[in-house]
Amino acid sequence: MRIRLRFTKLGKIRFTSQRDVARMWERALRRAELPLAYTAGFSPRPQLSFGLALPTGCESLAEYLDVVLDDHRPETAAVEVSALPARLTDLLPEGIDVEEVAPVDRRADSLQQQVTSCSWTMRVSGVTRHQLEEQVASLLAAPTVPIVRERKGREELDDLRPSVLALAVSDDPAPGSDHVGPARPSSVGVVAELATQPRGVRPVELVRGLVAVSGPSPEGTSVGMTLDSGNNVGTPVLDRACRTQQWIERDGARQEPLQRRGHLAGADRATHALERAS
Amino acid sequence: MTQYQRSGSAPAGARMARQMECLWPRVESLLSQVTKPARYIGGELGAQAPEHRPDAVSWLLIYPDTYEIGLPNQGLQILYEILNERPDAVAERAYAPWVDMEAAMRAAGLPLFSLENHLPARAFDVLAFNLSAELVYTNVLNLIDLSEVPVHRSARAPGDPIVVAGGHCAFNPEPLADFVDCFVLGDGEEAVSEINEVLAGVKARAPNGDDQTGALASRETLMRALSQVPGVYVPWCYEPSYQPRGERRHAPHEERPAVARLAATTPRFPETPERVEKRTIADLGEWPYPRQQLVPLIEVVHDRLNVELFRGCTRGCRFCQAGMITRPVRERPADQVRTMVREGLARTGYDEVALTSLSSADYSGIEDTVTSIIDDPSCSGQVSVSLPSLRVDAFTVGTAAQIQRVRRTGLTFAPEGGTWRMRQVINKLIREEDLYAAVDAAFSQGWRRVKLYFLIGLPTETDEDTLGIVELAKQCVAIGRRYHKGVTVTASVGGFVPKVQTPFQWFGQNTIEELNRKVHLIRDAARPVRGLTIRWHDPKATAAEGIVSRGDRRMGAVIEQVWRRGGTFQEWTEHFDLELWTDALADQGMSLEDAVYRHRSEHEALPWDHLSAGLHRDFLWQDWVDALAQHGLEDCRWTPCYDCGACTGFGIEHVVASAVPPAGGSQGTGQDLSTGGQVPVRFLPTVPSGAVSASGSNQGAAVRVGVGRS
Repeated sequence: MRIRLRFTKLGKIRFTSQRDVARMWERALRRAELPLAYTAGFSPRPQLSFGLALPTGCESLAEYLDVVLDDHRPETAAVEVSALPARLTDLLPEGIDVEEVAPVDRRADSLQQQVTSCSWTMRVSGVTRHQLEEQVASLLAAPTVPIVRERKGREELDDLRPSVLALAVSDDPAPGSDHVGPARPSSVGVVAELATQPRGVRPVELVRGLVAVSGPSPEGTSVGMTLDSGNNVGTPVLDRACRTQQWIERDGARQEPLQRRGHLAGADRATHALERAS
Repeated sequence: MTQYQRSGSAPAGARMARQMECLWPRVESLLSQVTKPARYIGGELGAQAPEHRPDAVSWLLIYPDTYEIGLPNQGLQILYEILNERPDAVAERAYAPWVDMEAAMRAAGLPLFSLENHLPARAFDVLAFNLSAELVYTNVLNLIDLSEVPVHRSARAPGDPIVVAGGHCAFNPEPLADFVDCFVLGDGEEAVSEINEVLAGVKARAPNGDDQTGALASRETLMRALSQVPGVYVPWCYEPSYQPRGERRHAPHEERPAVARLAATTPRFPETPERVEKRTIADLGEWPYPRQQLVPLIEVVHDRLNVELFRGCTRGCRFCQAGMITRPVRERPADQVRTMVREGLARTGYDEVALTSLSSADYSGIEDTVTSIIDDPSCSGQVSVSLPSLRVDAFTVGTAAQIQRVRRTGLTFAPEGGTWRMRQVINKLIREEDLYAAVDAAFSQGWRRVKLYFLIGLPTETDEDTLGIVELAKQCVAIGRRYHKGVTVTASVGGFVPKVQTPFQWFGQNTIEELNRKVHLIRDAARPVRGLTIRWHDPKATAAEGIVSRGDRRMGAVIEQVWRRGGTFQEWTEHFDLELWTDALADQGMSLEDAVYRHRSEHEALPWDHLSAGLHRDFLWQDWVDALAQHGLEDCRWTPCYDCGACTGFGIEHVVASAVPPAGGSQGTGQDLSTGGQVPVRFLPTVPSGAVSASGSNQGAAVRVGVGRS
């Protein structure tokens, strides 16, 4: 049996890496004594598959994990799926809350293959709201936005523009924004939808794109650098970022891999507030 | 923002009511700039959230290396739990921030902070350091400084925290004597509570402290009170004296020394003990710690459940400080081991457990213990067991078969010496046959890779001994080939650093050039051997370790200079800089020649003579003489006592469940040790595990004989 779990990554725990989170999950699942299916071979590992990696330092309201249970074990049929969120949340570090769980088709595509885009809320400082609005407009109007991205240890030039599906300055209390603080008092809110195929775009890369369209030289600017760069144009610096949704296409419609019950209304409102850019 | 306001006064009676302000928001703002930010967030499973109270002594337990190296340290975790269980103590942890974080912290004016409540280090009553390696000493100074506490103990004001240090390196505390207020020698389980009681007493009695002079006096009173706790060494209470440089009292044949020789280290006060004896807990069964082993959020070294099988080792390897200073052997009852493993795995979710000790295969009934863990149904057959330190003569096919059932962890054997002659000198009495049998057992059970540890630069070593390393390793590859074509053997070669409280404490360490020459000999000889890899420790780092390892109080100035010139993280190849050390030595009028390479003579005053690990000085000297005569010594666990002093001095004895040595444990002496039962011991009736710890205190000087026999 394959089950899919939806969970958060909020607060201090955001400083752990995707790999760290995977190991936390392995330990939690063993503590829950779930009848996990293991890989064969000299070094058996539980069969877990995570979706799109979340960059270290980013928060999330929409992380997913697929777990395969061993159908040959009698306990598997007895697993009470609906009780898992509460049970697993207790075994995971603070900030990782399991919110949904559901069985999925074993043969379905992996999360990594299915997810086509992600929605983000961000806080950016170093610029005024007005400056940022101009930068967002320039980026959306630009035919191409070349940015330097690191790939397998090498830096290469890549066009960011096709991956930016939506982008807007927004101080709306988007879902997750209560977790995105405490932001710098001067920070401005951004909402974005970024494509994940063929390569996922990270929030820092989006901000790099904003820098690229706003200044004459993208060289020497990086996210996280100090604010007082003496730049009159205003160099945006990413303070916080939170992934609010991951999206899959099903029957021509966009939906989440697992709906977050009770949060549906808020999520929809925020999504529709986005200015569709493509 | 959480604020802890302490209304009471500092332990020494200072007026300062320290504000315990949570630094998290300031820490958080730096984390986007640094590597591995999760090192600084805390929140591990097992981490406590202690509430600070005016009447509780607050301890910051600091490991002076990175989080990944320090977190698994069992000693720190044991003290963390013992202190937090006390109603009059709270303990938090800190590790050395990596260089990028330190730079960010210093730029932002952020001091060292604790991981639990993110409180400033200065707000604690005690800063307690774990000293497990010499090259971390510069980090200790750096961390005191980063705590905004004066680095020199003489400059500390009444309101400043007390700086304490313990761990194996505390047996030669003199190089840190100017910076640390007191050291704990030996097992800390009991001593930490006794220190806490002294501090809590002072805290309770502390005046409101308007009078600075009175407060200062009370810090001195406190030091004198601490010096009365058994096992606690307070450097301020002792004064080293030096011989006039011209005097040739002890070694008439020697040239006039470049540096004045130590004459003696003597107490300054009538009540100060002349010699500080180490602490030894009599029964490990009474200390089933850690009960809540920390499970880190990020990957660290030894990232697994660790259960200590026994403490102490009496194999008597002469180079091994750990074996000498932790005597006698005290086994944990097998039932307690099983319980700690079962509960530990269930609590942590780990799928690997390491059964730790100085020589795990020597544990009575090791095979049964391993089997019962692997067969435990609650482990679902997915738990692997690793035995980090294996003696080859106690490693059998049976043990090999057991530990590889789930997952093959790495296998490491440590013959240490390349020839039988060399191994007699160092008293690592394992025969070639023992090594080959162990390696054969490993390869026959499916291992493809085996690691061997060797030392070079040992006393009396010849090139034949050095090249013997390659011969042994070559044979191991050949044995492996019988089972599989692609086997690899890695021989790790480390330069020997003489350690205090061992028979080799008088030996002059090999020079960097000599160690380099030996490394090249080995590499050249190993080059044509397919499947054999040689790794070696940088001889320059070995020399730096030697500087600190046997230094006296004057070495403090060298350590301070290295630190002031930026020499932190000297354990790390990318930061290690020998020149910092040699320059500092030269500036202090010292040299590698004198401090490291020089043989000490029998009657020379040693900087640790006023401290004792239980071992009589004449026993150590006799063992040194025996070493030079290539005379081996059997394990006193299974043979009559040599009166080294570790047991008799404290009225305790070995605690072992079986008076019979493990299979193959002949130590190569050819002696039939199956007659171990004839050793004069008192046999006790087998008691159920629950009763073991309760009855532990009145066992007297008897060997406990239990059920477990392999």
